[in-house]
Amino acid sequence: MQWLDLLSDYTFQNVVIGASLLGLISGPLGCFAMLRRQSLLGDALSHAALPGVCLSFIITGSRDIGGIIIGALATGSLAALTMLLLTRHSRLKTDAAIGVCLSIFFALGIVLLTYIQGTNNASQGGLEAFLFGQAAATLRSDLWIMGAITLATLALLGIFWKQAKLVTFDAEYARTLGMPTTAIEATLTAMVALAVVVGLQMVGVILMAAMIVAPAAAARQWSRHLGSMLAIAAGVGIVSGVSGATISTLSRGLATGPLIILTATAIVLISLALAPGRGLLWGAIKHYRQKEALQRQQLLYTFYKHPRAAQRYRTTFGSRRVLGKLNRQGYLARSPDDGIEWSLTPQGQAAAKRVVATFEEVAP
Amino acid sequence: MATSVPTESALSIKNLTVSYHNQPVLWDIALDIPAGVMAGIVGPNGAGKSTLIKSLLGLVPSLSGEVLVHGRPYAAQRKRVGYVPQRSSVDWDFPTTALDVVTMGLYGRLGWLRRPGRKERNEAQEALEMVGMSAFANRQISQLSGGQQQRVFLARALVQQADVYFLDEPMAGVDATTERAIIDILRRLRDAGKTLIVVHHDLQTVRAYFDWLLLLNVRVIASGDADDVFKIDHLRQAYGGQIALLGDSESQIFAAPKGK
Amino acid sequence: MIAELLTNTALPIILVGAMVGIASSAVGTFLVLRGNSMLSDAISHSIVFGIVIVWLLTQQQSGPIQLVGAALTGLLTVLLTEALANTKRVKQDAAIGLVFPALFSIGVLLLNVYAHDVHIDTHTVLLGEIGFVWLDTIDLWGLPVPQALVSMSVMTLLNYGFIGLFYKELKLATFDPALAKTFGFMPTILFYGLLMLTSSTAVAAFDAVGAVLFIAFAIVPASAAYLLTDRLWMMFIIGALISIASSLSGYYLAIHLNVSIGGMMAVMTGVFLMLAFLAGPRYGVLTQLAKRRHARKAPVEPPTSP
Repeated sequence: MQWLDLLSDYTFQNVVIGASLLGLISGPLGCFAMLRRQSLLGDALSHAALPGVCLSFIITGSRDIGGIIIGALATGSLAALTMLLLTRHSRLKTDAAIGVCLSIFFALGIVLLTYIQGTNNASQGGLEAFLFGQAAATLRSDLWIMGAITLATLALLGIFWKQAKLVTFDAEYARTLGMPTTAIEATLTAMVALAVVVGLQMVGVILMAAMIVAPAAAARQWSRHLGSMLAIAAGVGIVSGVSGATISTLSRGLATGPLIILTATAIVLISLALAPGRGLLWGAIKHYRQKEALQRQQLLYTFYKHPRAAQRYRTTFGSRRVLGKLNRQGYLARSPDDGIEWSLTPQGQAAAKRVVATFEEVAP
Repeated sequence: MATSVPTESALSIKNLTVSYHNQPVLWDIALDIPAGVMAGIVGPNGAGKSTLIKSLLGLVPSLSGEVLVHGRPYAAQRKRVGYVPQRSSVDWDFPTTALDVVTMGLYGRLGWLRRPGRKERNEAQEALEMVGMSAFANRQISQLSGGQQQRVFLARALVQQADVYFLDEPMAGVDATTERAIIDILRRLRDAGKTLIVVHHDLQTVRAYFDWLLLLNVRVIASGDADDVFKIDHLRQAYGGQIALLGDSESQIFAAPKGK
Repeated sequence: MIAELLTNTALPIILVGAMVGIASSAVGTFLVLRGNSMLSDAISHSIVFGIVIVWLLTQQQSGPIQLVGAALTGLLTVLLTEALANTKRVKQDAAIGLVFPALFSIGVLLLNVYAHDVHIDTHTVLLGEIGFVWLDTIDLWGLPVPQALVSMSVMTLLNYGFIGLFYKELKLATFDPALAKTFGFMPTILFYGLLMLTSSTAVAAFDAVGAVLFIAFAIVPASAAYLLTDRLWMMFIIGALISIASSLSGYYLAIHLNVSIGGMMAVMTGVFLMLAFLAGPRYGVLTQLAKRRHARKAPVEPPTSP
């Protein structure tokens, strides 16, 4: 398929715009969820949306997106409230409360769904769409609604930026400043429920968890400020959404949701390895260099102080490499007598003296 | 005004009781802390020291009690109260800088919609200067040492320009230099007429630091001028068997080491 | 005639439901106590990946090889999660939220690619159909026993065998891993063993209840038991009792309302949890409220002097 054809393809346009909107909303809200140690909130709320979707169908009798949004928001909020009650008023920890709400609300959704299927047979296949999303079936009218939700959520976040930030960082202190922390936390949770509604269409219930976590986790590696973290998370979300949708369309037959998630996961892995400052690769290189420097000092010290004992160092692999290096740099040389034993060159003697001096200065 | 008394108390508590699972954590606390003192709250582990501060600030619900700050209920005087929580209460891996954390102290004054601007940042910078941390303003908070983090928290309370400060174990887990720096700042604040109420755990330094003391173990064991309160009888009463005496001088009193 | 037919299908279904609950809550108890409940979520989803891989390698869709494959997939999930969390760059819950969707995605994409010659239905894997367990029977001593009942019984035996064998060690490893380590109990290995059993249980339960409802059976009865007792061994008994009660009541409610049997059983575990949460004898919210009302009449006792 030609790129131009692709870009003008109606379905492709819809999918790409939808996926971008999902990235735009789930990235920033995921940051708050992750920093509030509720990374799996998105997972729970997306599962909890099922009974809401079913209820709206039972009440309105149609698959109207407005009804679905209200239903999903309602049961999502109810699940969040249940989680809060369980953790505050019982000995259950957060993980158990999330797992309980996730599975029970989903089970309730299944019960309602089979109830619908028992009463009329019109909505077969509705569950499949709910579980895996149906990106390709996205309509322009859906996009307007998703766009409006995204815009409204981000605007709200912009207005209450200060409050959201302080409550996330230090809720108790925020209370002493007179902020209604419970209301702010509830709003942040409700916003995640809104992001879930956008995500149901694109990636489905099960993969929504990653849409909340992955962009935030990637962004955290690159940023020092909350503001930049949110911006990067939104960027990561959009990039994964667009590339997932593109690959899916080009491949003809691979599901969009999983491709979006795998792209986001790949970005997380790259960020973990390469992000400046926090990247694991830099850490490993630094660690390696430090280890080598220390080994070098140790060798020079030993050759200077205990030349005979030093010969045993050759057996270990790391030391042999450092020995070779010192040899090439002209600090060490094979002894002229037998050509096997090592000894310090005059240059090595000088370097070793410096090492010894610093060691004895620290530990006399 | 009916509530004002001749020598106004910075903090006045009447009949404060806090319970947790029907176990009293604080029992019938009543005290008056005069303005302009550096007050220490001292007592054994589990005596309710932190709970006292938290219940005064409304962070922990109380069964009964009345809290007046400079003669009026706390809720009406919120802006006059600054709080330095325990360092361990937040996630120091949060993506933000030292300057930004200090600016958070001004959020209450800014109200709902206004954003912190240049003026607020300058104030925060000054507060960092006061605690000797201006060089670290743009440092990521996870890269600060424990003592530096504590100073940032102190600076955050300073920008609030409160009259009464509550500090929850500000000296816990900080190095000796930081401890001295923190005490210097607190003394300067006291000399400027502010009231400082500090939860403290190290009996050795109590006499040197505080001029007013509350000895607490669920109830008030003793309160008042440090010299009157810091008596061996009172300490025995508060700490029970946990106290060990070394030598016969009262200045050498150590809490028996206890895993914390 | 009708009654006979009903008992013929009802009994196997109820028994399978109860067995799923008993086997899952056995391992779930330790997950809840360790604060790792969401690992059941992660494992049950990423097993889709394992099932597809095992099928690609052996062309087998069920049986012992799938159970072993599942155990290894579960272990892989946990190892990846821990590797991510150990970098200290992401917290454990975030690591879970990264790993299982990624594995699940790979599984789904592989299914996409091999769609024309594979008969694994993601719908069934995720939801199961307990109503059909009596269709698939194997002969045992001349009796047609549902295959699901046999596999769940085997998993129950395996789980309780493991727990029985290492009861003391598991108890200490859950409560104080550091001390367990100094005693040489290898808490990490024990925990991995437990998680491999969790994965195998999940696969065995898939035919009946699917991935998502498995989470309910693993965590909810155990959580309810946690709210009701302070003794570890009691947690297993209460968990099993709640499983049986949920299976029974869930079945008849589902038949009565003509809805999903597995779903209704899971909902019933939730109902029992709410009951424990509200009216549990010691920690129930209403019980506490009543105590407090009582306490207001006779106020909080003053502390005894130290």
